[in-house]
Amino acid sequence: MKLIMAVIKPFKLDAVRTSLTELGVEGMTVSEVKGFGRQKGQTEIYRGAEYNVEFVPKVRLEIVVDDERAERVVEAVRDAAQTGKIGDGKIFVYDIEQAVRIRTGETGNDAL
Amino acid sequence: MSGIKYRCGTALSGIFLAMATMLIAFPASAQELNGANTAWILTSTALVLFMTLPGLALFYGGLVQAKNVLSVLMHCFAIACMASVLWLVGVYSLAFDEGNGLVGGLGKMMLSGVSFDTVSGDIPESVFFMFQMTFAIITPALIVGAYVERIRFSAVLLISALWLIFVYAPVCHWVWGGGFLAGMGVMDFAGGLVVHATAGTSALVIVKVLGGRPGYPSQLHPPHSPGMTMIGASMLWVGWFGFNAGSALAANGSAGMAMAVTHISAATASLVWIFIEWKKFGKPSLIGVVTGMVAGLATITPASGFVGPIGGLCIGLLGGFVCYAAVGIVKEKLGFDDSLDVFAVHGVGGILGTLAAAVFASEGLGGVGLADGMTMASQLGVQASGVAATVVWSAVATLIIVYIAKAVCGLRAGDDEMDEGLDLSYHGERDYNF
Repeated sequence: MKLIMAVIKPFKLDAVRTSLTELGVEGMTVSEVKGFGRQKGQTEIYRGAEYNVEFVPKVRLEIVVDDERAERVVEAVRDAAQTGKIGDGKIFVYDIEQAVRIRTGETGNDAL
Repeated sequence: MSGIKYRCGTALSGIFLAMATMLIAFPASAQELNGANTAWILTSTALVLFMTLPGLALFYGGLVQAKNVLSVLMHCFAIACMASVLWLVGVYSLAFDEGNGLVGGLGKMMLSGVSFDTVSGDIPESVFFMFQMTFAIITPALIVGAYVERIRFSAVLLISALWLIFVYAPVCHWVWGGGFLAGMGVMDFAGGLVVHATAGTSALVIVKVLGGRPGYPSQLHPPHSPGMTMIGASMLWVGWFGFNAGSALAANGSAGMAMAVTHISAATASLVWIFIEWKKFGKPSLIGVVTGMVAGLATITPASGFVGPIGGLCIGLLGGFVCYAAVGIVKEKLGFDDSLDVFAVHGVGGILGTLAAAVFASEGLGGVGLADGMTMASQLGVQASGVAATVVWSAVATLIIVYIAKAVCGLRAGDDEMDEGLDLSYHGERDYNF
């Protein structure tokens, strides 16, 4: 099983979710985060004073899928989340040791 | 059926009897009570209190970091409560009792001698007392903006209390309580000197001793809720109608024109800030437009009862441009962390408006006309003296007060307290428990 963690631009969340649903992915976890990479922060101006806001709002998705689907999921997320401009985000893939469905106790791929 | 008729009949004759008794027992006083004026000043009192609670509180609250928003709301609320009681106990007396040219007497402490039907002019003195109280409440609350995010709560209370007694009461007496500035013919309709110049000057003095926010000026934190600030600003605009038009102390043409010029000045100055920010940064901001509004309102305040609509427009233009420049000068050139620009907006605005009143009050420029024997130049001289007296006294007295507070309870919050946020450190609360 693989955990695919993607940090994307917030407005891309709907597009990514739709694309994953089409792939048959049945669940995901989403959190609101802040971050920066090569996209430096923004400058905001209040009453003539400049404020450097280094951290840009992003959305983090975490999806756990079986090994066979992992690559297709990564591609789908990348296609849907891409704008071509700086700040599009990154995708990381982790190995998952175990997964458990809390309601039923099913484990492994049955829990996904 | 007949039972009800009997009871109504008895009730009605009872009422007629009571009214007849009142007419005999309470003959019309030497100065007739004017119901219309009384009603308007009662209303204005509510409007001006609304400016502090919650207008100013929200305005300032949105400008600070989330971890300090409650402390700002608390400062405004606590000052309102404390100023109210102090006003009753003796500050009203020091401001408005006869006394001498410098300060009122103690004859009206605890409102002694003032009863249900005592009049002040043609309104009940209780109403005058309350209306003026709301000014005494908002003035120390204005100063809050200078010391946000780094001051001890105990210092806020001590400084505000001493300030009311030793700065607000005397200056109020000089200008409105029959003191020496009134004797000289200083024109300050609703508080350019009494409210804005005092608060603004004192703000600078406090900041000098207190020091700036941690990380100022290199590490700044943006306002946590510009939306909250706009809501507060809107309340200030509406409330200001009570502040300026209410200062006519009558429901008449003077009040009407005061309301009109106040409004025009606010709108004009706001547009000025939009214009400046658009030109300078390409993006006119909400914080900018509401700050412009406050600049326009503060500047028109002393002139509001003396100028006409064109005067209001011009004063709005002046206030907008000059206060914008002042913000930059105070913070960047002079390096004062007057965090929410109390001096640049209220201080400078109040002083500018006080001087502008001499100009735009002239009949030729649409005003009510200058006093007999005065010219624009001579009145300007009088206004300038009023400004000088107010600024010098505010600065000197506040300096002493601040050092007293520093010795008695300390001024500055500790570094950990500021890191945690004043809300948790001093008030044990968090505003947003998401």
